[in-house]
Amino acid sequence: MFWYIIRRLLQGIPVFFGSTFIIFGMVFLTPGNPVLRMFGDRTPAPEQIAALEAKFHLDQPFLTRYFLYLGDILQGNLGTTYAGQSVNEILARTFPTTLRLALLAVLIQLVIGVLAGLISGLRKGGIFDNVTLLVTLLIISMPVFVLAFVAQWIFGIQLGLFRPTVGAGAPWSDLILPAIVLAGLNMAYVVRLTRASVIETSQNDFVRMAYGKGLSRGRVIPVHVLRNSMIPVTTNLAADFGILIVGATVTEGIFNVPGVGNELFKAINRGDTPEIVSIVTILVIVYVLVNIAIDLLYGVLDPRIRYVK
Amino acid sequence: MNVAWGEPENPLIPANTNEVNGGQVLNNMFAGLVYYKADGSWDYDAAESIESDDYINWTIKLKADQKFSDGTPVTAESFVKAWQWAASNPDLLNQWWFIDAIAFDGGTYDGGEDTLSLEVVDDTTFTAKLAAPRADFPVALGYTVFFPLPDSFYDDPDAFGNAPIGNGPYKLSEDGWVHGESLNLVPNETYTGPRKAQNGGLNFVVYATQDAAYADLLSDNVDIIDTVPTSALATFKDELGDRAVEQASAVFQSFTMNYNLAHFGDDEEGKLRRAAISHAIDRAEITEVIFQGTRTPAEEFTSPVIAGFDPDGIEGSDVLEYDPDTAVELWNQANAISPWEGTFQLAYNADGGHQEWVDATVNSIKNTLGIDAVGLPYPDFKGLRTEVNDRTIKAAFRTGWQFDFPSQANILGALYVTGSGSNDADYSNPEFDDLFRQGLASPTLEEQNKLFNEAQGLLFQDLPAIPLWYGAVTAGYSTLVEDVEYGWDSWPILYQVTKAE
Repeated sequence: MFWYIIRRLLQGIPVFFGSTFIIFGMVFLTPGNPVLRMFGDRTPAPEQIAALEAKFHLDQPFLTRYFLYLGDILQGNLGTTYAGQSVNEILARTFPTTLRLALLAVLIQLVIGVLAGLISGLRKGGIFDNVTLLVTLLIISMPVFVLAFVAQWIFGIQLGLFRPTVGAGAPWSDLILPAIVLAGLNMAYVVRLTRASVIETSQNDFVRMAYGKGLSRGRVIPVHVLRNSMIPVTTNLAADFGILIVGATVTEGIFNVPGVGNELFKAINRGDTPEIVSIVTILVIVYVLVNIAIDLLYGVLDPRIRYVK
Repeated sequence: MNVAWGEPENPLIPANTNEVNGGQVLNNMFAGLVYYKADGSWDYDAAESIESDDYINWTIKLKADQKFSDGTPVTAESFVKAWQWAASNPDLLNQWWFIDAIAFDGGTYDGGEDTLSLEVVDDTTFTAKLAAPRADFPVALGYTVFFPLPDSFYDDPDAFGNAPIGNGPYKLSEDGWVHGESLNLVPNETYTGPRKAQNGGLNFVVYATQDAAYADLLSDNVDIIDTVPTSALATFKDELGDRAVEQASAVFQSFTMNYNLAHFGDDEEGKLRRAAISHAIDRAEITEVIFQGTRTPAEEFTSPVIAGFDPDGIEGSDVLEYDPDTAVELWNQANAISPWEGTFQLAYNADGGHQEWVDATVNSIKNTLGIDAVGLPYPDFKGLRTEVNDRTIKAAFRTGWQFDFPSQANILGALYVTGSGSNDADYSNPEFDDLFRQGLASPTLEEQNKLFNEAQGLLFQDLPAIPLWYGAVTAGYSTLVEDVEYGWDSWPILYQVTKAE
């Protein structure tokens, strides 16, 4: 087990180098000079262009800049934005909010999705089963920004149940609406997975045995059926958690959640290249780590899965 | 009250802030020598008087006993040192003001210490010398780069950029600036000037999108926005009622003709073709259909909110009228000189929401003149500007100008004077330069603008750029505030906003 973790972490190293190199290349090798963007419609003098290129190392060859940047990252310094703020501080400020949002979204999926899946599975082919299938398919077929705008418009502006955007300090109550939108995206999978898993587990001998021993439904379903059905669902939720941490850009932008996705969104709008590269790099690292954690989770949840050296 | 805002692109240092988010905050935290009223006229703020006999040597007197919010006095030195510092380094985004926008004696792009001819006379008096006579000098002095700085700035400019100390109507609150979330200002009790805060403070809230800010406005969670998102342009007047704002702004949109292109040179054929293209664009229809009436067709080369606007008084301005017959006639005259072949291309940056109007414009040209005309998208703004800057671009290209200060000299000087920094067309007409310089040196605004309009007559003959339309502010405010007014520069005038009863 220990060696397995080490091996997985080592495999992450080339992924890290490859992805940072690609991101860095993509951002910095787009045609045009970022210095000119800072002046808007005004054309700066050659002296100004030269001075600013020197300030941001834009006059160095590409590989030199990449290695300078890499050296900074390996020392834990993610550089500064064009506005002179440390990217470390930005991430320290925004990550907790994104984590809370992802956690809330996963919780909503867990409660609603698993419950709906369980009922669908126990009464398969019934009205509830079919309605659930229809609703989840409807939600899954909508692009996220449509879902987000519609939710904001109906529940935020028209009904006034929630604040349309997240206020200062991102209190939990403001995060509920964006969390529901985020949860909706993966909800269909959670429901279907739970349903299939519950149907499969219910047909097992140990379930029949439990009923045969005279145990009540109220005891058999949570303890025997649900517990054993949760393995694929848990891994799906963990994977979704990883995706939410790195991919809530659109939803965070629409609801103005002061999280990482929103920060990335704004950085792209401002054309703040150092910030874009650093944030995306960190997201790649997080994603790699989350994936390793999911693989380990399999082993913990299901002793039949063994990792050999 | 809450003001919709975006994260500034640079630290909050006057010499290095050239975009609206940073500018708005600095404008409320600092008092320059003059300030602008809503209509674009100016009045003294920190200055007592700004005078000159020859419009080259200026004497600036400050009001007595002014203080920064940290209690240190505002003196002539505070201004002189700040200006010298701003002109000292080419990596400061506003350095060009001392060399190009307002040519100070001694200003060069190489920078260096104390290059400007500024002299401190006593605590409240200093003199400034310009490179050439300029009667509108006081008008420019309300811009960000001319704000004074306290001594503490020079110890650590970067730290100052995170927590500026100014001499204006507001100062940072205890919470100050929470990056990425908000910046909080409270009234500054040491400020004694004319822009006294009429409210208990300003909370600038960062929004990722204009749509999010608008959603909050509809639910009164934010009080003032300065732009209505495109998605709400059709509905905002119904949704906000008399709290909806729409007024002309000091933004001029055009596309610059490229003298390097075949058939579009600085000669008779080129002139005919440029006039034909201008006549072939149905500006009225495009502004109505594409912009839902939030733009107004251009009638000359400046802006209706800037003093001196008088399109009827300019000879040749009828070249901006949609007139298919004249367009075809002029085009055929040009063909007689040298037959047209190829495609007319109009370059734009695809990341700025320009595609719709560019397509409409080239279609208007195509249908009127019966030639191939297409839009040429560049993925982003920097890519477009880089080719414009290198002069490698092979098409006409979109250009715009947001006025820095309310004077026609700002745009005419920057875009069309020979060798000027932003003269992307490489336009050079000695007669124009001459009229412009005479205008600058004219003692009264009337005489100045008369000469500027005469100079514009030459632009209509040569058409280095084809004027399209003027921008507009579309904005609004919540039910919780009153006395909201938007200035000539499209910014809400925040110090006079009050809480609704």
